[in-house]
Amino acid sequence: MEIYLDNSATTKPCAEAVDACVNAMTKTYGNPSSLHDVGFAAEKCIKEAKKQIAAALKCDVSEIVFTSGATESNNLALVGAAQAKIRRGKTIVISAVEHPSVLETAHALAQQGFTVKTVQPQADGTFSAQSFADAVDSDTTLVSCMMVNNETGLLLPIAEIAAAVKAKKPDVLVHTDAVQAFLKLPIRFPVLSVDLMSISGHKVYAPKGIGALIVKKGVRLIPQITGGGQQNGVRSGTEPVPMIAAFGAAVAAQRTKLSARMAHYEALSKRLYDAFSQNEAVSFRSSDACVPYIVSLSVFGVRSETMLHFLEQKGIYVSSGSACAKGAHSHVMDALGVDRMTADETLRISFSPDTTEEMIDILVSAILEGEQTLAKQRVRG
Amino acid sequence: MNEAILLKTGEIALKGLNRGSFEDILVKNIRWRLKPFGAFDIQRAQSTITVRPKSDDIDLDEVCDAMGKVFGIAAYSRALVTEKDLGTILKDAVSYLKDDLSGIRTFKVEAKRSDKSFPYKSPEISREVGAALLSAYPHLRVDVHNPQMTVIVEIRDFAAYIHGAQREGAGGMPVSSSGQALLLVSGGIDSPVAGYMMARRGLKISAIHFVSPPYTSARALDKVETLLQTLTDYTGNITFYCVPFTKLQEAIRDHCPEELFTIIMRRLMMEIAVRVARAHDLPALITGESLGQVASQTILSLAATNAASDRPVFRPLIGMDKKDIVAIARKINTFETSILPYEDCCTVFTPKRPKTRPTLRYVEESQALFDFEPLLAEAVEHIEEKVIRLEW
Repeated sequence: MEIYLDNSATTKPCAEAVDACVNAMTKTYGNPSSLHDVGFAAEKCIKEAKKQIAAALKCDVSEIVFTSGATESNNLALVGAAQAKIRRGKTIVISAVEHPSVLETAHALAQQGFTVKTVQPQADGTFSAQSFADAVDSDTTLVSCMMVNNETGLLLPIAEIAAAVKAKKPDVLVHTDAVQAFLKLPIRFPVLSVDLMSISGHKVYAPKGIGALIVKKGVRLIPQITGGGQQNGVRSGTEPVPMIAAFGAAVAAQRTKLSARMAHYEALSKRLYDAFSQNEAVSFRSSDACVPYIVSLSVFGVRSETMLHFLEQKGIYVSSGSACAKGAHSHVMDALGVDRMTADETLRISFSPDTTEEMIDILVSAILEGEQTLAKQRVRG
Repeated sequence: MNEAILLKTGEIALKGLNRGSFEDILVKNIRWRLKPFGAFDIQRAQSTITVRPKSDDIDLDEVCDAMGKVFGIAAYSRALVTEKDLGTILKDAVSYLKDDLSGIRTFKVEAKRSDKSFPYKSPEISREVGAALLSAYPHLRVDVHNPQMTVIVEIRDFAAYIHGAQREGAGGMPVSSSGQALLLVSGGIDSPVAGYMMARRGLKISAIHFVSPPYTSARALDKVETLLQTLTDYTGNITFYCVPFTKLQEAIRDHCPEELFTIIMRRLMMEIAVRVARAHDLPALITGESLGQVASQTILSLAATNAASDRPVFRPLIGMDKKDIVAIARKINTFETSILPYEDCCTVFTPKRPKTRPTLRYVEESQALFDFEPLLAEAVEHIEEKVIRLEW
């Protein structure tokens, strides 16, 4: 049995997504910009997917811009908004725990003369909305803050952050990277008072290579990819119809029963916590402030990479910290004040609706076994 | 959390003896709108309809959004259903109203006690709840004359209700309570707004549209269907008649004076609409015409078009400015679709210098230059009919 517990890195495309993708490649293969029927069929395919995504976020179909993935969405949001607002100011504010696609893009902007302010977490590892508002000054044009952290599952209070920021300076744009929250937490785009939101297909059972940026009506971005003027000129390039269709189908398949899935994740994470509650070797990074579908834990004295490969031999797949960080030190763990030794021992376990309690039990005994057999590698204590 | 949605009926509360039948229609419409969300318990009392979900997993935010689009509901609010115990009521009022009260400064409390066995009288309940809210939220003060929010606490037979902030409903009269009518829809900004406004007066809407391929494209038709789809949010399902109009337009071009192309085209559209209305028992037509907006909407042009109809033509936009129409189009979310740039049947063969003051006699004589009847009959025979359904 394959036990795939790395659903925050990527997910296995669902049957609905695969079918929609194949259908779009074999039947609606036209260029959506073509004037004839074959083109129109492809355009309708995109319209349908937009409706499905709009229904999940309660946004308007015209607010969806498809991208190659959340990394591009984050690039478009940050650079596109910073450039569009350049006459109003040149300061952007981000949280210290953003995904590299926000962090590195902000660094690139800093090299172009923008000022980047980073908001640090409080002593307990959570973020206060006020700290974002405090970071906003008269030169600030954009605040970017993720909804759920990809490494620890930390839930950031984006609604409060957006409200606090806008109360201080109403014309500041607020962007949120909602990749780890989309279709897991109930998101109502219009009531969040954010202007830009990034989502990804492959985290929600669609293929890799498709994502979207939700752009609130009236918000102007400078395009980062220019060309034939597709998608109202915001993102040129012939739309990848099969990917878009798959994205829409995957979203439609999951947009209901959020609370039932959440209850399932809560039961799974509780089972995991309870299993190690008496075991001093296992400590949890995740807390009450974290979402239940991402569990971050460390096994004392066993490097996560070693444990990861040990589990892999048993057909169990987890991640060490963040999959994007491969081997590098995690800036998230640094920001949260986790010492590097412990950070090196951190595993990320992330669930899907298909994850069962039996899988959790197998994982638990495998970790215990690993902790016993790999214990001789301990260098501390 | 046990919550209910309270719907205030507006104008229909003023109806006399037939108020009951208006309410029946409204409740039927509400039930239909609620169906996809799950099972609900619906009760009527005075001018309030109480909707209570029968299970916990129903998203009341979505239900509220849907109820905000049902005509005949003047205002609506959510309410917490709680125990009939003053201590519990005070505690629950403080927590339940937190968000509603955070953005305002003045409030008052109104208590209604329909269960007279409850040991506290209404003024006492108001005083206690007011005091509890004031001590929990010190930024508030009481203003009994002009409060920003009125907190309502109701003691009913089986439970106490604490009402949240009241929101404005869609207003108007329940769809179908005034009968049915046929909307002539082009794909522009105005006709969907006209349909919305007449549905708000209680009409159930059917729609008719004219296509002229290859002069008009499949995208133009899709645009109209998308517009109607958007309208179904308010109107419910719409029966849609699509009329093949190419031959008639070509005949006008070939046989009539150019300056009258548009007027005669509109008269023929009206003629076909009347036949459809007659066949389907629709006693009135609706258009998005606004006086003076274009050459075909001058007083004499309207008179010439009007003469082609044997039944009332409702023109709710007749006295409105374009910017007011656009404001409504934005509100009902049709604007973005309306401005998509596709050729529609009204823009095919537009005259260079259209007649702005045509006399009816001149128009009728010009139209008589060609026998349109066989083509009219053929067009009516080939009408495609479908139902545009509200999507969930």
